[in-house]
Amino acid sequence: MDKQNRRQFIRTGIRWILFGGMALVAGDLIFRKGEPLFGKNRKSGPTVWQLDPAKCIQCGRCATNCVKTPSAVKCTHAYSMCGYCNLCSGYFKPETKTLDTGAEKQLCPVSAIKRTFVEDPFYEYTIDEALCIGCGKCVKGCGAFGNGSLQLQVRHHLCDNCNDCSIARNCPSGAFSRVQLTDPYLLKGFGKKNL
Amino acid sequence: MRHKTVIVFILLILGIFLPSVMGVQRFPKPEFESGYVEPETQFPVPRAEFLAWMDVAVLLLSLSLATFLVLKKRSRLGVFWLSLFSLAYFGFYRQGCVCSIGAIQNVTLALFSGSYTIPLTVLFFFLVPLVFTLLFGRTFCAAVCPFGAFQDLVAVKPMPMGAWLNAFLGMIPYLYLGLALLFAATATDFIICRYDPFVGIFRMNASFGMFLFAGVLLLSGIFIARPYCRFLCPYGVLLNWLSRFSWKHMNITPAECIQCRLCENACPYDAIDFPQTKKDPAGRRKQVNRLILLALLLPLLVLGGAWTGGLIHSTLSGVNSKVRLARLLQTASVSKDQPEPPEITAFRSSGIAQQQLMAEVATIEHDFLTGSRIFGGFIGLVFGMTLIGLVRTPYRTDYVPNRGTCFSCAKCMDYCPVIKS
Ligand code: SF4
Ligand code: SF4
Ligand code: SF4
Ligand code: SF4
Repeated sequence: MDKQNRRQFIRTGIRWILFGGMALVAGDLIFRKGEPLFGKNRKSGPTVWQLDPAKCIQCGRCATNCVKTPSAVKCTHAYSMCGYCNLCSGYFKPETKTLDTGAEKQLCPVSAIKRTFVEDPFYEYTIDEALCIGCGKCVKGCGAFGNGSLQLQVRHHLCDNCNDCSIARNCPSGAFSRVQLTDPYLLKGFGKKNL
Repeated sequence: MRHKTVIVFILLILGIFLPSVMGVQRFPKPEFESGYVEPETQFPVPRAEFLAWMDVAVLLLSLSLATFLVLKKRSRLGVFWLSLFSLAYFGFYRQGCVCSIGAIQNVTLALFSGSYTIPLTVLFFFLVPLVFTLLFGRTFCAAVCPFGAFQDLVAVKPMPMGAWLNAFLGMIPYLYLGLALLFAATATDFIICRYDPFVGIFRMNASFGMFLFAGVLLLSGIFIARPYCRFLCPYGVLLNWLSRFSWKHMNITPAECIQCRLCENACPYDAIDFPQTKKDPAGRRKQVNRLILLALLLPLLVLGGAWTGGLIHSTLSGVNSKVRLARLLQTASVSKDQPEPPEITAFRSSGIAQQQLMAEVATIEHDFLTGSRIFGGFIGLVFGMTLIGLVRTPYRTDYVPNRGTCFSCAKCMDYCPVIKS
């Protein structure tokens, strides 16, 4: 009986030590640098994945590495930056001479960009998100010779917000990072976008 | 004439490249005359934060219910239905992320990295099951973890595995945990998420290799009940150790064990400890000698492990993307004929000085050296302790669940004929 009691005592002691250890870890993480993780003025809340178009080199891995097919990364058009060019370097292949909309003339492999006439000589370009695979070909073209208004972004209604984004770990330019849930887009030309 | 063309040409070139350097638009936005209104760029919102808190609430509720069902109600049927719910909610609805198992890495990264702060909900997902386990045993594994629930569904013909096989395969989770901690602490990778066999099934989307892994795991799961839980799950290591010191734990019998042996083969996971009452002085002496030998061997195993860890540290650090980039840069300058890898293109356009990268990589390599030694020593310790565990036969009079490996699934309870008076 005595042996039993002693065992019980040791077990209880270790249990309290383990409790204490967990409390220490939790306390350290919650109150790190004097900035608690809760409350109105918290510095950091839940995060989502986003890519920084300024770092992205349009390598094409966004299209192939997302756990979702098609990828949750899509081309996003910042209309306010667009020049509405007739000869859009994000829409047409570089060697194109005649500006008709045949699929073989388009940069986009899935013809996800819609070109509509606005007024002479301007055209509007819209992305069909259902078709876009996030390959970034148009983004590369627009960035090289145009205004760079076509940009890749993780679209958050499509993204599963994996704990470990599988594009992030393969992105050659380190463009992916966790951003605050309250500010989930990093589009150039928009500044902070509080949603 | 000639130099005029040159000037025009230079101006043209400048016109194309200067704006992008200075961040000015090459083609100004047109002034529309037709009254055209520019469409607004759409920004779909992510999943709201309160839904993450709802997940925490569901976790708390289902854990409480699981504990109640196992310890108070002793109802296997209740546990079964709850596990189906957990599979549906945490698995197929929540699509696996973030789970308690993966949260180990978020906690580690947050502890070691200066820049990452862990969201409170993720911390809850990590801690709540641990606290429950320290109080009541692994009721989380019984009915809340979607992985466990999934594997229980396919375990139709479980077979006993034998103590030695169980013990040796049982070391893999320690290895996995150690590697996961090393890679998370160095901000290299989240390998638990990367090699998660179930998340692909929940999403019905994974690479061929991961589907193959999941298929093999589930097929072997027909005969080896819960193979992931027993021989892979790194969170299970933590739960195992906390459960050993738990305040309450389920028992097979509701009252006193009568040694009827009816429950002997009840546990599909070989988690029932049999009575151990034989007194054999000669055998006992042999056992004590073996234990002394192993205790002397233990420090050697730890040192040997640490030494081996130091040897393989540069292989392990090769997983880190910065280290990989640095090594690429060193080899790429030699072979010029191949197309430049995108990593190098991106690095050159980033404008970061090579020295800065090399300095960063040097600290990462150093961290890996330390980390790999600790990891190696840890594995040596685990190996030694496993051997000791195999030799040791503690005195026991009843059939009891092994507090470490028992998942508190309540499957064995119905085998016990004893009725509480
Ligand atoms: S993987 Fe990175 S560099 Fe490649 S397209 Fe995506 S964000 Fe851009
Ligand atoms: S080119 Fe690629 S990124 Fe651009 S719209 Fe087409 S599919 Fe999307
Ligand atoms: S977090 Fe997951 S779903 Fe979202 S972009 Fe990355 S891999 Fe795709
Ligand atoms: S051992 Fe791991 S995978 Fe299995 S039920 Fe427990 S936490 Fe889930």
